[in-house]
Amino acid sequence: MTREQHDYDDIPGSFVFDQERSRRGYGINMFCMSLMKDANRKAFRANEAEYLKKFPLTPEQTEAILKRDYNRLLELGGNIYFTAKLGATDGHSFQHLAAVMTGSTQEDYAKMMLAGGRPIEGNRSKSGKFGSKPKSKTRPKTGSKRG
Amino acid sequence: MARIIAGATSSHVPAIGAAIDNGKTEEPYWKRVFSGFDKSKEWFAKTKPDVVIGVYNDHASAFSVEIVPTFALGCATEFPPADEGWGPRPVPVVQGHPELAAHIAQSVILDEFDLTICNKMEVDHGLTVPMNLMMGTTGNGWPCPVIPLAVNVVLFPPPTAHRCFMLGKAIRKAVDSYPEDLRVVIFGTGGMSHQISGPRAGLINSKFDKSFLDDLARNPKKLTKIKHVDLMREAGLEGVELVMWLVMRGALDDKVDEVYRFYTVPASNTAVGHIILENKQRASKSKVARKPARKAARRARR
Repeated sequence: MTREQHDYDDIPGSFVFDQERSRRGYGINMFCMSLMKDANRKAFRANEAEYLKKFPLTPEQTEAILKRDYNRLLELGGNIYFTAKLGATDGHSFQHLAAVMTGSTQEDYAKMMLAGGRPIEGNRSKSGKFGSKPKSKTRPKTGSKRG
Repeated sequence: MARIIAGATSSHVPAIGAAIDNGKTEEPYWKRVFSGFDKSKEWFAKTKPDVVIGVYNDHASAFSVEIVPTFALGCATEFPPADEGWGPRPVPVVQGHPELAAHIAQSVILDEFDLTICNKMEVDHGLTVPMNLMMGTTGNGWPCPVIPLAVNVVLFPPPTAHRCFMLGKAIRKAVDSYPEDLRVVIFGTGGMSHQISGPRAGLINSKFDKSFLDDLARNPKKLTKIKHVDLMREAGLEGVELVMWLVMRGALDDKVDEVYRFYTVPASNTAVGHIILENKQRASKSKVARKPARKAARRARR
C-alpha cells in the first residue's frame, strides 16, 4: 500500500512518526524497547537474527535493524527515541547516531552543532514552497490594531 | 485558596542531565549552559512554591508504543526516576501532591479534557532535567512536591498548540478552586528548536526560537494558532514539543511579567531556551477588582 501523502512530507530529510508509521513500525519499536533490559541486550548481541524472530518484523525491517540503517528504520516506522536504544546497545552516543543519519562524521557533526547547528535556510521544504521567509513565522506584527 | 503564581519553561536535553550526573557542569561547554540557570535557581529558592506542576514528555521510558496517552496526569504519591537504559538517573524520587492532582483531574475532566490518570508512573529526564535546572541538584530530596503532566509529543499528532493552551486554562481554574492556600508554579519543558532524527538532524532556528519566546511572553494567542507542520518545519521534527510550553502559558494571566530569559546554542543537539513569567501580584483576584484601581490611579494623576 502506498503511503498517504501529508503536508509534512514536504519537510526535507525528515520522517514524521505518524499513525501510519507507528502501525507499521510497532515491531521495530517493541524490539528497541526490549533492549532496556540487560538480559535482552545480551541475548540480542549473542544472536541478532535469532533474537529478532521474537518480534513482528517484515524482512525489510529485519534487514534495516541488522544493517543499522537508521534512516531506513525511521522510514519503516521506527521512532528515534526507540531506535536510539539500539544505538546505545551498540555502545554509541546519540551524537554518533545523529552523525550517521546525516551522512556525516561525528566530528564534523559536532563542529556543525558548535557553530550554531544546521541552518534553516535551504532546509525548509522539498518543493521549494517555503523560501527563506516562512509565511507565518516572520516577526510578529505586534502593533496595536487601529482605533 | 490555591493560586498559580508563575510559570517557567526550559529545555530538557538528556545530555544536560548526564553532565550533572557525571560532574561536568564546570567544563566550559556545559558552564555556558548551566550559568544561564543560576538566576533561575535563585528565583526558585526565593519564590519557594508549595507545589510545582511539571508539563513534560516521556521518551519511551514510562510509555512504550503499547499505550500512548495524549495527556497523562501523575496522581501518585511519588514518581521514581525511570531506567532509561543506563540505569535510573541518580536523582531523588519525585514526591507528588496526590490531593491537588486528584482535584485537578476532577475539575479538568469535567471541563472536557479527557486526561489519563497515572497512579503509578516513572519519570524520565524530560521532567527531572528541568527540575535540576530550576531547583538545583540537591541530594536530599527535591524542595517541593511536583505533579507530573505527561504530554504525548512522540507519536504524531501531538495535541494542538491551542488545545495545550486551553488545558492550561482549565488547570488554572482547577488550582484556583482548590481550598488550601498553596502557591503553585507551573513548568513547561522541551524545545527549543532541534531535530534529532533523519538526514535533517542538527537543525537549529534561533530566529524562530527568539520570536517564540517574545510571543510566549507577550502574545501567546498568536502561538496557539501555530500548526504542527509549521512547528516541525521551522523548529525541527522534535521541536514540535514546544506545544507543551503553551500548557504553562495558558495557566498564567494574559498579561504577565517577564522575570528572566536565557537562550543558548547548543546543548548537544538542541537550542536551549528558558523563560520565567510571573502573574502580577494578586493576579488571582478578578480583573474587575483591578480595573477600578487603575481608574483611581489615573484620577489621582489628573
